[in-house]
Parts: sequence; structure tokens; C-alpha cells
Amino acid sequence: MSVLVERFGVFAEGFWLTLQLCLLSATGALLLGGLVAALRICPVPPLRAVGTAYVTLFRNLPLTVVMFFAAFGLPVLGSNADFLRIPLLDTVFRRLGTDLPYFRFAVIALTLYTASFVCEAIRSGVNAVPAGQAEAARSLGLTFTQNLRSVVLPQAGKAAVVPLGQAVIAMIKNSALAGFFGVVGDLSSAADQLTSVEGEPFIPVAIGISVGYLLMTIPVGLLLDRLEQRRVVAR
Amino acid sequence: MTRPQTSVLFEVPGPRARRVTLIGSAAATLVILAAAYQLLYRPLAEKGQLSLQMWGPLVDPANEYFAQVWQRLGQGAANTLIAAALAILGSLVGGTLLAVLRMQLKALQRRQFAGLARPVALFLRVLSRVLAAVTRGCVEVFRGLPVVITIFLAGRGLPELGVSFSLDLWYVVIGLTVYNMVVIAEILRSGMEGLSGGQGEASAALGLSTLQTTWTILLPQSFRIMLPALIGQLVVVLKDTSLGFIVSYEESMVIAKQIIGNLGNPIQVYLVVGAGFIAVNYVLSKLALYVQRRAS
Repeated sequence: MSVLVERFGVFAEGFWLTLQLCLLSATGALLLGGLVAALRICPVPPLRAVGTAYVTLFRNLPLTVVMFFAAFGLPVLGSNADFLRIPLLDTVFRRLGTDLPYFRFAVIALTLYTASFVCEAIRSGVNAVPAGQAEAARSLGLTFTQNLRSVVLPQAGKAAVVPLGQAVIAMIKNSALAGFFGVVGDLSSAADQLTSVEGEPFIPVAIGISVGYLLMTIPVGLLLDRLEQRRVVAR
Repeated sequence: MTRPQTSVLFEVPGPRARRVTLIGSAAATLVILAAAYQLLYRPLAEKGQLSLQMWGPLVDPANEYFAQVWQRLGQGAANTLIAAALAILGSLVGGTLLAVLRMQLKALQRRQFAGLARPVALFLRVLSRVLAAVTRGCVEVFRGLPVVITIFLAGRGLPELGVSFSLDLWYVVIGLTVYNMVVIAEILRSGMEGLSGGQGEASAALGLSTLQTTWTILLPQSFRIMLPALIGQLVVVLKDTSLGFIVSYEESMVIAKQIIGNLGNPIQVYLVVGAGFIAVNYVLSKLALYVQRRAS
């Protein structure tokens, strides 16, 4: 167990890096997922088709494949994802600005993958609003955007929170894969490094890593349970 | 029949809107094609990624590697499906049992053990509390851990504890099962708790025990209601078998890596493997939709 105390720094750094990865990808996924959801419910058929294609593609691909294309496909296309070197942001999220692009690739892959689940969560929220609401709004002469903004989305938000949270939890867990695709120093690659390279005993390291992930996932899960219970009572 | 919400949100587009859409999408297609040429085709062609040397082993039956490559890919697909099938079976069985166990413990917690001596009753009540808390804790822990980590734990941790298998397959299956079992248990449990209270009360009034009630009344209905969610979870299992590379189980992705190691055409091979995954999972999710429609 001494490894947990002696190498506490490694675990803490891994936790912080995984947290950074998750924060960035969650933000990206919520934005992109919102956009795709907007495409999927908009009145223009071709745009709906684009949204549907996006979701079908990324929901059915294993994240491993997406990660692979981000980590090895983008360099072939001549991109180092330099557009993610956002000036002020990379002072906090330092890995965004490094010359090694793998952190940025991991952010891109996680964002693209999670966005499809976020889109479906938002859409399920919209679908949970009784049809009469939108019909009434339309019969009052509200346009599509007015309808969404002032009638449907405020009600959809409540029903979408729990699936959205579940998508975020799944994303936090999926971020463990980044360690196998060139990101150095996150929780899962720290586990690999400590056990197979430095020969530390496996069980304590595993416990440390697990605690790291549970520190992120369980609070979100508890928050969701609370929200869900409140919603049940409100109904 | 209720129409999906999405079609209620707007009017059916009229002739003018349709014309605008048509012109707009034609223009957009041109722009996208130009962008794809500039950003995808040119860099790929410049690096020789579109040449027959790269694609040949995958698409050209006359190529010397063609038969071998597809035979390996087929084996990879078979291994993926085997691992997925075993993990699905394991997690369905385990998940059902876990869900029943949690229902039992919940019922046990409510019991007062009135007929027994005071200390014994107290002990039993504390014991049932503790057991319920332990199962709940296990569920929360395994639900909160990444599958990557559970497979890693199975692959590295089990041998250290003295449990080792000659086949890597079992590490993948165990890692996947432990995680998905818990998820499926939670799905089934929320299905049972979502049923109207009358179901459980009526069967209790008929004199069925808690176990009988759960097993014969609640569980079958829960399966039926939760079938779409269950099939969705099966898609997740199938996708997650690609994590077998962590314990170097020879599933599609590992085989793809081996092929790439020999032929040096990563993008092409992964495109083919990705397409395979999409095809199978797409069929599964369509099946989920179909079942959902039939059940409702």
C-alpha cells in the first residue's frame, strides 16, 4: 500500500489530467451535441439527414476506432489539431499547447464520440414534451425557433438532464482509453506506467486509479439520482 | 397513434421552402465536395493513401494478400462476436440475479422479524441493512469504473491473485461482464420499480413470497419494458469488446493491428473494420427500435 503514499503525486497528476480531458471534452460534446440535436429536429430535410448520419456513425463505432482515427488519421491529413491551441485556455489546460498533439487528439475523439450521445439525450428530452404543447404553440402562430425557445426547450431541459448526465458519466469512463492512445500521464496510463514499467505491486495501484475515477463518476451519479427523485416528486 | 414530437414542431414545408431547400442543399453539396477534395482527397492522394498498393490487399481479389487478410479479418470478427456473446450471456444472467438479489434485500430491510427473540431480530435487521449497503456499494463502484479499467483489472489483477486462464478471451469476458452485469441489473431494477405498485401488492395479496413476486410477476414485465434499453446495452458490449487489445485478445482491432504491422496500411484497414462495426451495431439498434415499437 506504500505506493499510494509514496507516489501520491503521480495519482494526483493523473487525476488532474483526466479531469482536464473530461472538462474540455464535455464542453465540446455539449456544444457539438446541441448543434447536432438542432440539426436533427430542424425543418430542413437534408440537415436532418446530416444529423441522423452523424449520430448513426458515431454511436455505432467503438471509441477505440474513433480514437485511432483521431490519433493516426489526422496526422496523415496533415493536421496536428493546432486549432485547439486556444491562447488563454492553454494556460490552464497546459496540454492543449504542447507540441505533442495526442492530448488534443484525445479531446477531439472524445468530443466527436460523446456528441452523438448528447444529441440523443437532448432529443429524448424534446420527445418527452407532450405533443400538445408544440401544437398549441404552433396554432398560436409561433415560428419554429420561437416554438423551440419559449415552449419546447424549457420543458425538454428537465427531461434531458438525467440522460445528459449519464452521457457525461460514460464519457468520464471512456476517457480512460486516451492513455492507450499516446496521452501520457492520465490516470489509466499512470496505472500502466507504474505497474508494468516501474514494477509496483498491482493491487494498490489499481485501488488508487479506481478511487480517482470514482471521485469523478460517483458525485455526478449521486447528483443525478437526486435530480431524478425531485423530478418524480414533481410529477 | 402519436406522431413523434419532431414532426409536430413545424409545418410541412411548402413549395417555396422546398425550392429553397433544394437550391441550398445543391450549393452546400458543391461546397462540401470542394472542401472534401481540398482537405481529404488531396492530402490522402499526395501521401499515396489511395493507391492500389494500400487498398489492394483489401479490395483486389487478385492481390497476393487478399485471401489471407480477409481470412484474418473474418477470424477477428468471429472472436469479437464470441467474446461479445459470452459477455452478453454472462451479464444478462448475472444482472438478472443481481437485480433479484437487490429486490430481496430491499424487502428484507422492511421486515421486523417480529416472531423472533429481541436480540436475534435486531441482529437480523442489522445484517440485512449491512448486506443491502454492501451490494449497493459494489454496484456503485463497478458502475463508476471505466470498462478499460475493469478489463485491465481482470487481465492483470486476477493472475496476481492466483486465478489465471490459458485463454485471453476469459479476461475480456470477465472484465466486460462485471461492468455490464451491474448496468443491466440497474436497468432491470428501475424497470421493476417503475411498475405500478398494484402489481406487487396484488401478488402479495395472493400469498406469493417476495421472491416469487419478483421472479414471476415483476421481472418478466421489467424485461419487456426495458427491452430497448437492454438491446442498447448489448450494442455497448459489442463495441466494448474492441477493448480486448488491453489484454491482447485477438479480436478485430488486434487483428487489424497485426495486418497493419505487415502491410502498413492503417487507415484502410481501420476503415474496413469500422464499417463492419457500424453495420452490425446499426442492425442491432434498428432491432431495438423495432422491438420498442412492437412492445408499446
